[in-house]
Amino acid sequence: MADTDTAVLPGRTPVRPGGASPVRRRGRRSRRLIALLYIAPAALVYLGFAIWPAIHTVYLSFLNWDGILPATWAGFDNYRAIFTDSMLGPSVWHAIVLILFFAVIPCALGLFMTALLQGTTRGMTTFRVIFFLPQVLPLVAVGITWRWLYNDEGLVNQGLRAIGLDGVTRAWLGDYNLALIALGFIGTWAMSGLCMVLFLAGAQKIDTSLYEAVAIDGGGPVRRFFAVTLPALRGEITIASVITTIAALASFDLVFVTTNGGPANQTTVPGLLVYRLAFNESNIGGAAALAVVLTLVVIVFVTAIRRLTREKP
Amino acid sequence: MNTTRTAATARYLVLTGMAVAVLLPFVSIVLAALHPSGAQISGLSIPESWSWSNFADAWRAANFSNLVMSSLIIAAGVVPLALVLATFAAYSLATLNPFGGRAISVGFVLGLTLPIELVVIPLYFDLRQLGLTNSYLGVILAEAALFMPFGVYWMQTHFASIPGELLEAARVDGARSFTILARVLMPISWPAITTLGLLYFMWSWNQFLLVIVLMQDPDMRTAPSGLGFFVGQYSTNIPLLSAASLIVIGPIVVLYLIFQRNFVSGITQGAIKG
Repeated sequence: MADTDTAVLPGRTPVRPGGASPVRRRGRRSRRLIALLYIAPAALVYLGFAIWPAIHTVYLSFLNWDGILPATWAGFDNYRAIFTDSMLGPSVWHAIVLILFFAVIPCALGLFMTALLQGTTRGMTTFRVIFFLPQVLPLVAVGITWRWLYNDEGLVNQGLRAIGLDGVTRAWLGDYNLALIALGFIGTWAMSGLCMVLFLAGAQKIDTSLYEAVAIDGGGPVRRFFAVTLPALRGEITIASVITTIAALASFDLVFVTTNGGPANQTTVPGLLVYRLAFNESNIGGAAALAVVLTLVVIVFVTAIRRLTREKP
Repeated sequence: MNTTRTAATARYLVLTGMAVAVLLPFVSIVLAALHPSGAQISGLSIPESWSWSNFADAWRAANFSNLVMSSLIIAAGVVPLALVLATFAAYSLATLNPFGGRAISVGFVLGLTLPIELVVIPLYFDLRQLGLTNSYLGVILAEAALFMPFGVYWMQTHFASIPGELLEAARVDGARSFTILARVLMPISWPAITTLGLLYFMWSWNQFLLVIVLMQDPDMRTAPSGLGFFVGQYSTNIPLLSAASLIVIGPIVVLYLIFQRNFVSGITQGAIKG
């Protein structure tokens, strides 16, 4: 992650052998060179197939190129288009709206439930297995499942009819105003259980004497939550919000199979347009610029989460 | 204390309610998959006759023999390759004090949250020039590279947690660095390697964007990417689509249920790196 100043690197202080005679020093130097040979294969694959393409994308984002004819320099035109184009800008906005449904609502719900229900629960493992399930599944299959649930005859409409809300039933993913929210709700479904089980497990580790201390000071449940529970869950909140935010911004697979950006581009996300621009519309420069902007959005959000949840020095 | 009992019951009810909400969609597609192909069905309805033949039909219609084979070939390449490379690099970074080790670690950490969108366009054009599109090798190398930051980080954390005395003792005995890795560290590192291998398999199996870009040949696509196009062809045949989705979900669910501890620890600790 770009947040190198706070990233904790695993490592140990190397043990320095006693006297540093010239012979030993030369031996140590050759050992440190051999050590690089262990890293070389991983580094070459990583540089060749991840870092070089990433740099190349940044370069391509400054070009006008259709993938075939010689490219021309575009300067910042492709970036300007993201702010002015009626299609590109909204896709970035849609991704940020999805963060609300994938990350903010599940985390808030999880915290609320934890405050309400704190304590040890038996059978936590079973709940954890169920709540983590959406995390391991291919999103394409999750998307197909929800296409069916949101279908005219699907489970969502069936449920609404069962409680007498026939009037609001519709093909949710085809609704101009509600498709993005319907898509977001898939994220809420996938992430709420995850957040809740992480927070409840974290809250079990809190020393109960801290609560008693608040109670002696005359603090109520709200004070108890903000003074003890919330700070104690710092680590879990970081984990949950990073997982859910990245999932929201990497929603390409899900959108591709559910709405493919429709209806009328109401659910386009950057990943989808990167794919479409580069491989269907031969606008390589535009696609590259959007990919760079998406990366910046990811870095900004993840860095912000880490800053906000960092322990105050 | 009656309130504690009430709280425990309430907690249990809420958790159970949410668990049902998570599982209900799966119940819905399992039921849908068992209806006769092309049938008009609704949300949760028990089929009059159980049509197991949907699975065979979906298998044939989506050409899953080829798709699953491609998935397995790619996973069989990515998982060992990425494991070995990440283990070697992490071993060196954590214990051998290489020149520029700290900078190299930072370099790997930088790649942790690179979205695939950032690399996929040049990968396509560069690999096409090298003849590595429509090639298992191309996808294998690209996935190994994308998974490398996490693997190096994961194994480096693991090796750094091993007591230094163990390594010193082996060094004093005159063991070479490779012998120490193979004889001293590997035997106690299998749990960390197993977790990493399972995550690698899952990411490789689930990978979508990279595969649809690098594999234009439909027969060489992986199971999820084939499924992504199958939706377009059979978008109205819900039973067939549901059966196809369950085929793609199946292997990963089985692995998850067997190794749930590894998956959960990998996923949660993977986020700390953020």
